[in-house]
Amino acid sequence: MKRRKLDVKQLPAKAAGELDDRFQLASPLRKVLTKVFPDHWSFLLGEIALFSFIVLLLTGTFLALFFDPSMTEVHYEGAYAPLRGIEMSKAYESSLNLSFDVRGGLILRQMHHWAALLFMAAIVVHMGRTFFTGAFRKPRETNWLIGVLLFWLGFAEGFIGYSLPDDALSGTGLRIAGGIAESIPLVGSWVSFALFGGEFPGDSVIPMFYILHVFLLPGLLLALIGVHVGLVFIQKHTQWPGPKRTEHNVIGYRMFPNYVSKQGGFFMLVFAVIALMAGLFQINPIWMFGPYRAEVVSAGSQPDFYVMFLDGIVRLFPAWEIRAFGFTVPAVFWPGIVGMGLFTMLPLMYPFLERRFTKDKAHHNLLQRPRDVPARAGVGAMALAFFIICTLSGANDIIADKFNISLNAMTWGGRIGLLVVPPLAYLMTYRICLGLQQHDREVLAHGVETGIIKRDADGRFYEVHQPLAQPDEHGHTSLEYNGWTVPKKMNRLGALAPTLKGFFKPIEQPAPKPEADGEDGEVGDGEKREEITAGK
Amino acid sequence: MSTEVPAGEGKKDEQAEPLDVLDPNVTRFELVKEALRRDGVEILHYEPRFPVPGTKEEKRVVRTISFFFVLSGLAALGFIVAYIWWPWEYEFGGADTWSKWYTPVLGALLGIALGGIGIGILTWSKKLLPVEELMQERHDGASDPVERRLTGATLVHIGDETGVARRPMLKRALLFGAAPLGLAALMPIGGLIKDPGDALFTTGFNPKFNGGNPVRLMREDGTLIRPEEISVGGQITVFPAIPGGATLKHADSPTLLIHLREPDAEEARNNAYEMNKGSQWENLIAYSKICTHVGCPASLYEQQTNRLLCPCHQSQFHITNNATPIFGPATRALPQLPISVDEEGYLYATSDYKVAIGPAFWERERK
Repeated sequence: MKRRKLDVKQLPAKAAGELDDRFQLASPLRKVLTKVFPDHWSFLLGEIALFSFIVLLLTGTFLALFFDPSMTEVHYEGAYAPLRGIEMSKAYESSLNLSFDVRGGLILRQMHHWAALLFMAAIVVHMGRTFFTGAFRKPRETNWLIGVLLFWLGFAEGFIGYSLPDDALSGTGLRIAGGIAESIPLVGSWVSFALFGGEFPGDSVIPMFYILHVFLLPGLLLALIGVHVGLVFIQKHTQWPGPKRTEHNVIGYRMFPNYVSKQGGFFMLVFAVIALMAGLFQINPIWMFGPYRAEVVSAGSQPDFYVMFLDGIVRLFPAWEIRAFGFTVPAVFWPGIVGMGLFTMLPLMYPFLERRFTKDKAHHNLLQRPRDVPARAGVGAMALAFFIICTLSGANDIIADKFNISLNAMTWGGRIGLLVVPPLAYLMTYRICLGLQQHDREVLAHGVETGIIKRDADGRFYEVHQPLAQPDEHGHTSLEYNGWTVPKKMNRLGALAPTLKGFFKPIEQPAPKPEADGEDGEVGDGEKREEITAGK
Repeated sequence: MSTEVPAGEGKKDEQAEPLDVLDPNVTRFELVKEALRRDGVEILHYEPRFPVPGTKEEKRVVRTISFFFVLSGLAALGFIVAYIWWPWEYEFGGADTWSKWYTPVLGALLGIALGGIGIGILTWSKKLLPVEELMQERHDGASDPVERRLTGATLVHIGDETGVARRPMLKRALLFGAAPLGLAALMPIGGLIKDPGDALFTTGFNPKFNGGNPVRLMREDGTLIRPEEISVGGQITVFPAIPGGATLKHADSPTLLIHLREPDAEEARNNAYEMNKGSQWENLIAYSKICTHVGCPASLYEQQTNRLLCPCHQSQFHITNNATPIFGPATRALPQLPISVDEEGYLYATSDYKVAIGPAFWERERK
């Protein structure tokens, strides 16, 4: 029998054929390949969170190989001399070993921590983008809800994660969490005892947190992220208004090759930034804190940034304890439990609250510029102001120390600021939005400011405007605002030549200079000049 | 053989003739365009980045991208070499050790390796892939009304087939069966529940931890304390002198022992609450170190103003006035430990704290 020659070039086609015979892939595969994605830099913020999460899974798996979540007391005998002979939990010992006795352990630990910070930061910024542009409106409310849950899951996962090393700083955080849990009316002490397996600190909280941190919460995060991204895919991404863009189409480029290559490159860049930060910037140096002891604390104990708003509001809330009928509702219950409940519920409810006020039940695929919805932009600014003041107050002792301000003044400043600044932020944002709207209309009606000042025969000065369309006899153009950027500078209209490309020498040669007019010896580019008549 | 191609849905048709997909003379790009058309994608703009292949600029872009890929490979090799051969074992105190550069070197090389690939791919995507702008129809919103009606009817029919609505007894019985079962599934969580008992009301200074005898004060290293060992104006952290008294087993017990100056001690004695009367021993006074806000150690003692500051949330307590809070979020005074000196001259607690120490909780006044 003649042996058939193997044609390597035909292999992919043959394999594809075999697969299609079995799974009927041709049509669904093509739909994925040619799916159109809209493009805007702000759509990449969520990707940063997604990519950080992948880095978290990778580095976390490495850490789990070496971490021992046990609260058994041991004597430290590792490489870090200052702590040798000191009693500590196995969890802290194995975290120290990860930093000093495992080859490459420190950089992976720091990558894990930096990736967690980047994950939460990207979530916050991505949430802001979604909020201010109205991307959460129908039909995307579900994804907004999932996004809010992802923030809180990330919050819990992060807090639990940095509690695991069982160092003095994280133990202090746990003590505070225990104190907040105890403040719940009726069941507080029971909740705290369930959490710690007895009176604080007990010996079961680290193992319990470990299984939450490496299994339950990442599983939930992974599932919800899957649904989140899947819904974006199925519902198709929102897009900014612009030429030809409507509620019923998507304008952009195909998933393959453009979108996927950009995403792949961007993932590598995010990964690279995390690696650089992990190598060059120290984060959470647990060996400097020592093991947790109930009587030890240091000034400047701050949680990670995404927990700081909780710590800040706990610092600011006044000492209002309620005692009645022999029962106590501690003051910290209000910021610590009720406050966090509100911070969860209000964002969850926002899309529905807004719909109630605007009575807008339509289907939206086009984004809104923040200026076009001043009330929403104002509410967002208000929430941000609240969040920022709380977060800064979480570091008010550091600020007081570095800027030589009285600590008590910082606390009072935070308390008053929390009441005064958010409404001010609302009003100012509202006014700024209206101003921006007005300026857009002005440019549409009168044209772009050219920066050319003319003087009339009667001595009057005025600035020449470049109209965006043929003006009527009053010099006005009646252009409709279409929800997208109005050009406000002459170079946006192509009035200036683009810069030449090239690093050492230009790739494109500049256009040859025309001969000087010569006759009148005028210096200049020699172009014919005409009187500007437009925009008078 | 020819396939019938449905005309585009209401779109302007560029080709009146439907494309014969199986015709061997059809070019590949025509097939791609046909695929896009069938998937509801319209090409608004499409052009190769370099219409004339092999121009100077194209070569330059290719060189740039190659440079980043090669750079990445070199950095990755460097990473591997550094990981294996760079001295990594930690040496304490060495100012000029190689090992302290281990992590920065790994980070920099890994960052360059990943970043090189990233920049290379992005440049490829932005500078070499064709410029394209396509428009795809969304087809979102509700399903077709016919589909909705058919599915709705099917669902209602299935519901009817179970007959729950017609048989109310079944409904109630099922509810009765399912609700307790759901609760039963929650029961294993009960393994976590522990009765707090009186644990929050007792500390290591309780005589029950010492065979019913009063508990002495000790330092962290276990040595007992004589009053004369603390200088005037000084303060130390003390623990119950019982086995494990200075460990986390008795995390509620750390106590601040302060030797007040004579006038301050007098002031503290005069200010003492009824409960705290006689708790001082001469000029020595002992307060729980666990903040009554959320339980951090309130450990910053300001000798001049007799204030105690909790560094976590900045509550401030007035030492010479029962340690009442005078600023910050804490509501209650730090509990005072009644102390005295036994016949051997050591300090001891005459009883446990008289109120629950640490953060407040619902039933804290019920004991």
